Amino acid sequence: MKKLRLAVQLIFTILTNGYTYGYLNGKIYQGTLKYACVPGLNCYSCPGAVASCPIGALQALLNQRGFQIPFGMLGFFFLVGSLLGRFVCGWLCPFGLVQDLLHKIPFFHKRKRLPLHHILKFGKYAALLLFVCIGSVFLFGGFAKVPAFCKYICPSGTLFGAVPLLAANKLLRSQVGGLFFWKLGVLLFLLLLSVMVYRPFCQYLCPLGAVYGLFNRFSLVQIHWDKQLCISCGACEKACPVALSVSQISHSPECIRCGKCIEACPKNCLHFFHRKPGEDSNAGN
Amino acid sequence: MSFWKKNKPPGWLWGALIGILFLGVGILQGQFAVIWRKAVMICMECIGIG
Repeated sequence: MKKLRLAVQLIFTILTNGYTYGYLNGKIYQGTLKYACVPGLNCYSCPGAVASCPIGALQALLNQRGFQIPFGMLGFFFLVGSLLGRFVCGWLCPFGLVQDLLHKIPFFHKRKRLPLHHILKFGKYAALLLFVCIGSVFLFGGFAKVPAFCKYICPSGTLFGAVPLLAANKLLRSQVGGLFFWKLGVLLFLLLLSVMVYRPFCQYLCPLGAVYGLFNRFSLVQIHWDKQLCISCGACEKACPVALSVSQISHSPECIRCGKCIEACPKNCLHFFHRKPGEDSNAGN
Repeated sequence: MSFWKKNKPPGWLWGALIGILFLGVGILQGQFAVIWRKAVMICMECIGIG
């Protein structure tokens, strides 16, 4: 399962960021695939990106003059969230992959959570509400509205967009100012923290994770717990990288469906499960 | 009524159907053209310059 997940993460990242010409020339892909969004956080200004970022796209709609309900992106979130939930975070997000790899570096005492986790976990909802929604509607730079999350926080944009673009494009390099160094600081802080804490950006700041987490309870892809087979050994809880109890696994908005609990269970009482129509959502509880 | 209760469609199916409906409305309103126009230009804010 571990190798399969890593392979899926790598293949998906390469496929959705495979525009080699962009990396070589410091330009971005401008084809029709960018009408569509990838499910994970993947900056559309990454020189390799072949599709759009859902959070960037939502902000682009909110940045329009006047106000229009962003039905297109709401539809996207409902569709992907209902089918996959936070499976996207665990298996399909390039920035999640980066954090996973950094957490494998054998420095520091590894932690699953930060202190004050019960408060900090709401940070992602605050980022969604304040930066993505309110910020994109009411924050102006000159006469134009600004995509506040992309501008002030998004570490994925800095890593996959800014760094390769600035490396290859001399003209852009000459325009770098204080904002870039702020964003670089945010990125470096989160990358360093990822070595010690499991996926700090996903747990505490990612607005996309906040959106998909809302669908975790009833999404099609679930991790089913067969209570009758369970011997309460606690192996799944020990293996869970975000420290969920067995009754919280899958239903909690924090579960990224990484499958480590499935792998750890000695009795095979946890497994990926597509719920049958009409079945109770808490069948395993 | 009891048939409906027994064969109640799951939550994910309702969510997916609402998603498809909203996507359709978004397409009709030309929202994906707005997204495309934004996505094919280098986003200066995203890379920390704008």
